[in-house]
Amino acid sequence: MYTQALDNPGSEAQPADSGESGGRAARFQARIDVDEKIEPKDWMPEAYRQTLIRQISQHAHSEVVGMLPEGNWITRAPSLKRKAVLIAKVQDEGGHGMYLYSAAETLGISRAEMFEQLLSGAAKYSSIFNYPTLSWADIGAIGWLVDGAAIMNQIPICRCSYGPYARAMVRICKEESFHQRQGFEIMLTLAHGTPAQRAMAQDALNRWWWPSLMMFGPSDAESKHTAQSMRWKIKRFTNDELRQKFIDITVPQAQFLGLTLPDEALRWDEATQHFQIGPIDWSEFQAVLKGNGPCNRERLEARRAAHDAGRWVREAAAAHAHKERMRASAAVPPGSAPEPRVAP
Amino acid sequence: MSNDWPLFEVFIRSRAGLEHKHVGSLHAADARMAIEHARDVYTRRQEGVSIWVMRSADIIASDPQEAEALFEPARDKVYRHPTFYAIPEEVKNL
Repeated sequence: MYTQALDNPGSEAQPADSGESGGRAARFQARIDVDEKIEPKDWMPEAYRQTLIRQISQHAHSEVVGMLPEGNWITRAPSLKRKAVLIAKVQDEGGHGMYLYSAAETLGISRAEMFEQLLSGAAKYSSIFNYPTLSWADIGAIGWLVDGAAIMNQIPICRCSYGPYARAMVRICKEESFHQRQGFEIMLTLAHGTPAQRAMAQDALNRWWWPSLMMFGPSDAESKHTAQSMRWKIKRFTNDELRQKFIDITVPQAQFLGLTLPDEALRWDEATQHFQIGPIDWSEFQAVLKGNGPCNRERLEARRAAHDAGRWVREAAAAHAHKERMRASAAVPPGSAPEPRVAP
Repeated sequence: MSNDWPLFEVFIRSRAGLEHKHVGSLHAADARMAIEHARDVYTRRQEGVSIWVMRSADIIASDPQEAEALFEPARDKVYRHPTFYAIPEEVKNL
């Protein structure tokens, strides 16, 4: 799951690198214009590389941090089935993080550097994961809304100009659909349950609706990276376009559940054939992005604790591998020819 | 000795009869761990029946700079393709 617009102000590399020859840059843009994919060893403008490193690594961090709010409910899932499903979903999120870290590494940043950026707080991740999961219904709301918004963002990235990112995204999108459907099913079950269960579903929807809409990032007027990213075909739709698509498909789903969206201004607009929402409270988005959301500190502390607690395992595995290598090289007499071997 | 686990490339055979195909990469302390991680990262939905892993550092790749020298010569050899040859309509099974 992911949001496309984690743009941190001021960190953007300038698109026109003065040191690079205009010819190469023009040829690069021409390749993009005809929908050719860019692969890791191809020449690319430094700003393209930096933009992708930032976006892919933030995306990877989001997947990894995204395991935390849901992991909170694994031990308290209401049935064995729900528990198995939730474990599978959380494991998928970890897997998505791994695909994405690998894709980012093809651009010349190491895994260790990316972890360091996350743990030091230098790198951003999706602001949605800084909200707490207070009830079981939150797991339904996250799957339905947060993963739903993520899918909306991620499907266009399957056609991103950078090959490794696009390929990772194809894999992720295939898996993401299960996440959204299991979430909706949880909401459906609660919505048809006891009055208390219904109230729980409504409460979760009330809390997750606006943060989910904010996942699409600042409005187009405020988003400074959109134009360049669209020229490079890293991004295919603007924040507002994707947000509107999400609203249009989600409102009828909420109606089906018999739940109310927490927006008194929400109405169907005959003229535009779209649902019209009330104003988004961007000050909340900015506050969460700056580190002042309900769970920012808790999330980073949990990541740091996991990283530190795993240190001895990483070191022991590396030491074991080193010992095995030494043992193997001692067993082979120097100069002896390796056995011919056919791949299995 | 560095504690950063090396990078491995992962290749998966999705079912018997098909070739192994590159699916991505991962970090592992050694080859055995790379296979186990590849199982968890790349085959959670029965995507494979066989896994190859190899150290990324051991791959020798062609340089995009020499792509023209390597691949251009094949461009004007259209006679390597069956459609290059004009065969009268009435001749069958050719």
